[in-house]
Amino acid sequence: MSILVNKDTRLLVQGFTGSQGTLHSEQAIEYGTNIVGGVTPGKGGQQHLNKPVFNTVEEAMKEVKPNASIIFVPAKFCKDSILEAAESGIKLIVCITEGVPTLDMLEVKKRIDNLGVRLIGPNCPGVITPGETKLGIMPGSIHKPGSIGIISRSGTLTYEAVKQTTDLGLGQSSCVGIGGDPIPGSSFIDILKLFENDDQTKAIVMVGEIGGNAEEAAAEYILNNVSKPVISYIAGQTAPAGKRMGHAGAIIAGGKGTAKDKIKKLKECGVHIADNLVSIGAKVDEVLNS
Amino acid sequence: MNLHEYQGKLLFAKYNLPVSKGEIIFNSNDAIEACNKIGGSKWVVKAQVHAGGRGKAGGVELIESTDQAVKFSKKWLGKRLVTYQTDKKGQLVNSILIEECTEIAKELYLSAVIDRDSQQIVFIGSSEGGVNIEDVAQNSPEKIIYKGIDANNSSLEDDAISIAKVLKLNDDQTNQFIPMIQNLFQLFIEKDLSLLEINPLVITEQGNLHCLDAKINIDSNALYRQPDIQEMHDETQEDPQEAEAAKSDLSYVSLDGNIGCMVNGAGLAMGTMDTIKFYGGSPANFLDVGGTATQDRVTKAFKIILKDPEVKVVLVNIFGGIVRCDLIAEGVVAAIKEVNIDIPVVVRLEGNNAVLGAKILSDADIEIQSINNLKDAAKKAVELAE
Repeated sequence: MSILVNKDTRLLVQGFTGSQGTLHSEQAIEYGTNIVGGVTPGKGGQQHLNKPVFNTVEEAMKEVKPNASIIFVPAKFCKDSILEAAESGIKLIVCITEGVPTLDMLEVKKRIDNLGVRLIGPNCPGVITPGETKLGIMPGSIHKPGSIGIISRSGTLTYEAVKQTTDLGLGQSSCVGIGGDPIPGSSFIDILKLFENDDQTKAIVMVGEIGGNAEEAAAEYILNNVSKPVISYIAGQTAPAGKRMGHAGAIIAGGKGTAKDKIKKLKECGVHIADNLVSIGAKVDEVLNS
Repeated sequence: MNLHEYQGKLLFAKYNLPVSKGEIIFNSNDAIEACNKIGGSKWVVKAQVHAGGRGKAGGVELIESTDQAVKFSKKWLGKRLVTYQTDKKGQLVNSILIEECTEIAKELYLSAVIDRDSQQIVFIGSSEGGVNIEDVAQNSPEKIIYKGIDANNSSLEDDAISIAKVLKLNDDQTNQFIPMIQNLFQLFIEKDLSLLEINPLVITEQGNLHCLDAKINIDSNALYRQPDIQEMHDETQEDPQEAEAAKSDLSYVSLDGNIGCMVNGAGLAMGTMDTIKFYGGSPANFLDVGGTATQDRVTKAFKIILKDPEVKVVLVNIFGGIVRCDLIAEGVVAAIKEVNIDIPVVVRLEGNNAVLGAKILSDADIEIQSINNLKDAAKKAVELAE
């Protein structure tokens, strides 16, 4: 098994004919992803990368029955694209685009939660189940089918964790980049829940970073709900406190958000900490062999 | 993007929020005319910078003559104001807000932010305004109310009433407060705010609510649909190198170490800085060249890093995702030749075609240490910086 996506995933690409959509669709097809078509308004009826192009998601649903979509449209159109997919009945949406306005995401999040739709991103590398399918922009070559589930807020940092677990021969069950935006479609907790219930996943790597308190919330959840070992690395341990704008951010965060606070909380909740970026793989190995 | 107080108050006025009559000046020659235009015999002069804590740092004064206005503007215009919220260099003062004087009976606190946890806009209010609000939050949390606003904003009036209770407003003030919250919410949504703070919100001696300060932060991702806000951007409030980097879509923050860093992706950039620190070194900067590291971006990044005279060595850490490492290696070589670097450069390339990339680096007729492993690359950079 794996989580979210597998060889049966039938993918629709929104923003299919644009430069990003084209580049990453080519790479995905090469990796083995079953792309059943794409959507670009005004280009319906054409063929692109030997796949049909539709004007709307609804048309694509009727013709090629996708069960997931990936979004490469510009940030200003993401809200409409996500909602179009969600309202057309797609249950898994991956939004790669960065720069989506936060207020757009507040609205999107409410609507997709009501529709029971799982959104990954925006501003993320996507989801991959190694050896089966890739919905994202990650380099397929560094992955290897295996037993480690990886969740991360950052793109290239995810690749680092992937590479280290691949080099040790452990491989990955699935890897999910949830994105670094203030209002992400899915949280660490949403994905931890899926990995906990996935037989193939033996251990979970959670790569976090400073800011917000998603890691603290995840730590609480892990303590009470996750039986599998979780290994975490938090980036930004040496980042200086930025210039501040008033007090509201500090009050709402309640002193949370620094790497030190996050690591302390994670440790208290039984999470294993890789204290250095280059030792994530070694820490996973150590935990699995202890 | 941050706004100045005077810009925030212009927005407040547009949304029918009570602000003081004021004039903004950029030149001390205009101080007297500004005072006369406002009228009266007492004014408040406020240095405009993107930071709080101005009062304690001498950036806000109550004055009783137009001469004092001239003196204050001469003292501050063109100078840097250092407060506990700025760095050591402080922020450049290039404008002064002169306002009519408000007689204060009581100081309150009001703000609104997008809360990541509850995923909604949250208003924060307290009966204890002024500069020590963070202490209040720590020591007397019962004096602070957090009110999340429903997405369809159906209960805004009720929400305003419950905040008013914590602020201990009387009936008359509550009647002023309800439209105030409605207008602030409208402003927040229509102008894509990420933070709004009025500290203090005051009750005047006449018993009316009045906004004495305005801190506004706009969601940078939404600036494309806020052309009037874009025009308010004040580049002088940013670090010049950081601003230049931003123009090339590079994210750069200068730090006080001596190892220049060039990394793709913000998370990996932070992780690289941590690794340098872990092996006893000190990063000179945070620099994210973005997910796609092209030759042009790499060249610009080298130029920005080398402007810092403290930099003794540059560590390039690129995890080639979709971009091939051989192309990045060619970019790095060309960039080093173009920029004419005379300090050691350590390059770690990983990802697609990493082996080919390493070969290009080692075959080049320039001084580059090509190390495939991040741990060894970071150690090498630390050693060379000593």
